[in-house]
Amino acid sequence: MSTHIAVRDLSIFYNDSCALKNLTLDIQRNEIFSIIGPANSGKSSFLQCLNRLNDLHRGFRKTGSILLDDMDTGAIDVEELRARVGIVFALPFPLPMSIADNITYGPRMHGVRSKARLDEIVEQSLRDAYLWDEVKDRLDSQAMNLSGGQQQRLCIARVLAGKPEVILFDEPTSGLDPISTARVEETMVLLKERFTIVLVTNNVAQAARVGTRTAFFLMGEMVEVDETRIIFTAPSDPRTDEYVTGKFG
Amino acid sequence: MNVRTEQRIAFTVLFACTLLVVMPVLVVLAIIFAKGYTALTPEFLFGMPENGMNAGGILPAILGTLYLVLGAIVFAVPLGVLSAIYLVEYSRDNAISRLIKLAIVNLAGVPSVVYGLFGLGIFVIFLDFGVSILSGSLTLGIMILPVIITASREALESVPRSFRIVSFSLGASRWQTIRHAVLPHALPGILTGTILGLGRAAGETAPILFTVAAFYLPALPASVFDQTMALPYHLYVISTQVPGIREDFRFGTALVLLLLVLLLNLAAIILRTRFRKKKRW
Repeated sequence: MSTHIAVRDLSIFYNDSCALKNLTLDIQRNEIFSIIGPANSGKSSFLQCLNRLNDLHRGFRKTGSILLDDMDTGAIDVEELRARVGIVFALPFPLPMSIADNITYGPRMHGVRSKARLDEIVEQSLRDAYLWDEVKDRLDSQAMNLSGGQQQRLCIARVLAGKPEVILFDEPTSGLDPISTARVEETMVLLKERFTIVLVTNNVAQAARVGTRTAFFLMGEMVEVDETRIIFTAPSDPRTDEYVTGKFG
Repeated sequence: MNVRTEQRIAFTVLFACTLLVVMPVLVVLAIIFAKGYTALTPEFLFGMPENGMNAGGILPAILGTLYLVLGAIVFAVPLGVLSAIYLVEYSRDNAISRLIKLAIVNLAGVPSVVYGLFGLGIFVIFLDFGVSILSGSLTLGIMILPVIITASREALESVPRSFRIVSFSLGASRWQTIRHAVLPHALPGILTGTILGLGRAAGETAPILFTVAAFYLPALPASVFDQTMALPYHLYVISTQVPGIREDFRFGTALVLLLLVLLLNLAAIILRTRFRKKKRW
């Protein structure tokens, strides 16, 4: 295992309020790094910092650094960074266009023009997101007509189409039923073979099911990080124990 | 008084008010139509005025209005849409952008005769375009600019924020996001605003009074530096300035102007409903 993302002394502020304090953390290649914690613990802020989506917020400011393959994310062209570090949001947000056009949106923005190449990307991405068999006959129909679970897997496929190295999942199943949730989780586990995954989840059991390592965030600080097994059986901090056993949060 | 009667009275009052609003429109239409429809002959629509405007047609006025509207759109739409994009998508919410927005809202409230004087001062005299189609189009364009900017801004702001976030998250630049994820969905609203502006430009008299409109011209305009006749001004002239014009000619001219504006508004409404049906969020 090697370090893929190195976070050094990262603090995040919105105007004057601090959302995350002095975080130092290494995320390894091909792991599912899950982050659990109650609301306002800074976990989503951290996640959106990894592909600089936070830059769009007014009043956002950070100190410290994030290195992707030893390169500061601030020094990487932001459009390139966001293709390399894709994100799947809590709610599936298909764009109001066809399934195929949704998938090829990123590649088209990055200058892929060849029809054959785009078709290839559509098929490969949908296969990788385990959606191909369900939609292969209606690639030109509106993405908004898919079911919630299918839309979320479409969003995963759309991220895969950009050939990312890292995929961020921001509470990806909070709007889904248990069966769709299971499918998305299976997809994540299979994707781990080829990508580094950072998962933020409100669902503690989900971290236990899929996480390689798990970090517990509380009020803008990382309380503890360890192998998922250890976090759930023998955490060293009593607050972690209370949270994972459901005593608060 | 029990609840039911109270409710019935409320409904009756509300319905009566709505009816009162619709009535004037219907009455105006009915009168103008009744008195003017006999004038609507091919000769009237496609002929030149003859015999001191008491015979022949109003072709120069119809064409003139079309030229002016077209000219106003050519100037106002690109300018208005692009500045709306800047205001919504690029500018930060600070004192200057708020001032600009306030200025645009206030511009919409300026009386049209003031635009006319402004056009006379700037385009006709200072820039020396003379009393011409160019001056008139520019004046009308400035007049409808606030309508177009406001409609475009509303259309852009009504595109869900999630579209932008998704587009950015897939590595699109700001301009690509605007071009591919925002603008296509704002287009119907922008189009509707444009057509409403068009209708306004077609119907106004005051802004063209000093900048372009001619009392009577024996020939059609040959270039944008020529004067032209226009429907609203022609109507004013034959109703108040020249005595003894046939009544059906006066009402016929009004009817043509009215139909032109109604047609434009109808087009806006049809477009809007068509696009609304296609909307999926």
